[in-house]
Amino acid sequence: MSEPVAADSTTEISQRIIAKEMPTGTEDSLTSISPTGRPRETVISVTDLSVYYGSFQAVDKVSFPVYEKQITALIGPSGCGKSTVLRCFNRMNDLIPSAVVEGVIEYHGVDLYGENVDPVEVRRRIGMVFQKPNPFPKSIYDNVAFGPTVLGYKGDMDELVEETLRKAALWDEVKDKLDESGMAISGGQQQRLCIARAIATSPDVVLMDEPCSSLDPISTLRIEELMLDLKEDYSIIIVTHNMQQAARVSDHTAFFNVKSEIDGQRTGYLVEYSQTRELFTSPKQKLTEDYITGRFG
Amino acid sequence: MATSGARAATAAALRSSSQRDRVIHITFVSMMIMALTAALLGLASLIIFMIAEGGGRLEWGLLTEAPSTIDPGRAGFRTAILGTLYVIGGVIVLIIPLGVGAAVYLEEYANPARWWNRLIELNIQNLAGVPSIVFGILGLAFIVRGPIGIGFVAAAGSLTLALLVLPTVILAAREAIRAVPSSISDGSLALGATQWQTIRRQVLPAAFPGILTGIILAIARAIGEAAPLLLVGAVTFVTFNPKFLSDGYSTLPVMIYQYSNRPQDEFRVLAAAGVVVMLILVLLMNSFAVWLRDRFEQTW
Repeated sequence: MSEPVAADSTTEISQRIIAKEMPTGTEDSLTSISPTGRPRETVISVTDLSVYYGSFQAVDKVSFPVYEKQITALIGPSGCGKSTVLRCFNRMNDLIPSAVVEGVIEYHGVDLYGENVDPVEVRRRIGMVFQKPNPFPKSIYDNVAFGPTVLGYKGDMDELVEETLRKAALWDEVKDKLDESGMAISGGQQQRLCIARAIATSPDVVLMDEPCSSLDPISTLRIEELMLDLKEDYSIIIVTHNMQQAARVSDHTAFFNVKSEIDGQRTGYLVEYSQTRELFTSPKQKLTEDYITGRFG
Repeated sequence: MATSGARAATAAALRSSSQRDRVIHITFVSMMIMALTAALLGLASLIIFMIAEGGGRLEWGLLTEAPSTIDPGRAGFRTAILGTLYVIGGVIVLIIPLGVGAAVYLEEYANPARWWNRLIELNIQNLAGVPSIVFGILGLAFIVRGPIGIGFVAAAGSLTLALLVLPTVILAAREAIRAVPSSISDGSLALGATQWQTIRRQVLPAAFPGILTGIILAIARAIGEAAPLLLVGAVTFVTFNPKFLSDGYSTLPVMIYQYSNRPQDEFRVLAAAGVVVMLILVLLMNSFAVWLRDRFEQTW
């Protein structure tokens, strides 16, 4: 896509998003059946995942699949463990000393927490975009080039940086200032830079932890538009507080909720998982219906 | 009418607070200015006195002539300046890898729950307050004599001073590393960089200004130290150029001290001139270091 950079109105961007979501022809990208009729591959499968921080149980026995080249959204009220679950996929919870992960997370059939699995290798294939944009205090060029450099990329870096920035819909805006600091651009541009940084290493899966929650509405919509383009090449899992966002961009949605244990602990669990259209139009659980109609959360 | 009354009332409310607040404000600001003046006066009087006393003696010969107790007219500081440069050079070479390495280990790799790591931390903080003469005794016992036993040489002075200022460097480097936001290292690790790659390419470059500050402070302290060096050999009156690992050596502060002990007036003037030379040397080194730090300053 090479959209003009002039200030798009909210309606214009929404219309583009809707146009992408409803493709013409026989292709139905919203199910787990790919256009060729074969079921889509499961890239990550979660089975009975529980996470503890010390003695506090944050997540209780969560199970759901993540399909390839689709967008899976994790929604739910605050404190229901969505971000904790997301961070399990790229082993970022390893950085928290008291975190304990139980259950099985399989990536292309391989247990991510198996004995022979190196977390560094996992993170090279499963990238992450954080809630608050965190560009490195380096130039825009160096931000994008950092991942490939530390992974030992030997090809033409200039070309890779340009290609990546184009994919992230940022090239036109920064092509004249690649040497400027990554922190000197606006919040929405910084987040697109972080997305570019994450896809520069050609990961398999991109995790997004509330990527738009600190951005203005127009930047938010532009990033949603970007996600729909990215899903042709990457599988995306997004945690979001914004239900409308989940409804707009995702193919599958997992709805989490919090339950209070007897000792006052608040533990997250999975209420319902299904295709987005189904979950939002005819949810199976009453809790789901209450949440999406705004009765709580 | 009604609005102008409201406007007057608002204007009165928004006007600056009571007389009493203003008096307190002025008093406080004056006291702070007086404190600043007192500090600057002390420093200025020191510099002015030294320049007045030794300024007339300043000439290039001070830098090129060897010291002499017989002829103060032809005495200089050459050997002491060289000794200072050797000793401080050795200190810099030692504290950068040791200090930064220790700080990186303590901040990034050591598990703070382990008791021995907490013990190390406690020790380092205590060492920063130990009187410098104690390090002189340590140097005499272990470096000049004892296990390392290299004798009264400039290297011994370097080692002793390095031990003295190492805690300062480690503390400052740790603070600098801690000040780097974890979002930066999280972002780097999430891209698949190893911990060492993250430290080398993101954390240390970002912490560089703070680390440099610690090194500057350490060097500034080390240059002026005379007491510990008196015990590790700098007291020798050297008229030949020192070498790093052999012969004797002397440093500028020690030489100034020796000249000031002599009864003749000319030596006192010489000592004051030496102080001026030393101040210029310190000023030059600090300016260079501050320039270096400014070049790499990051804004978050």
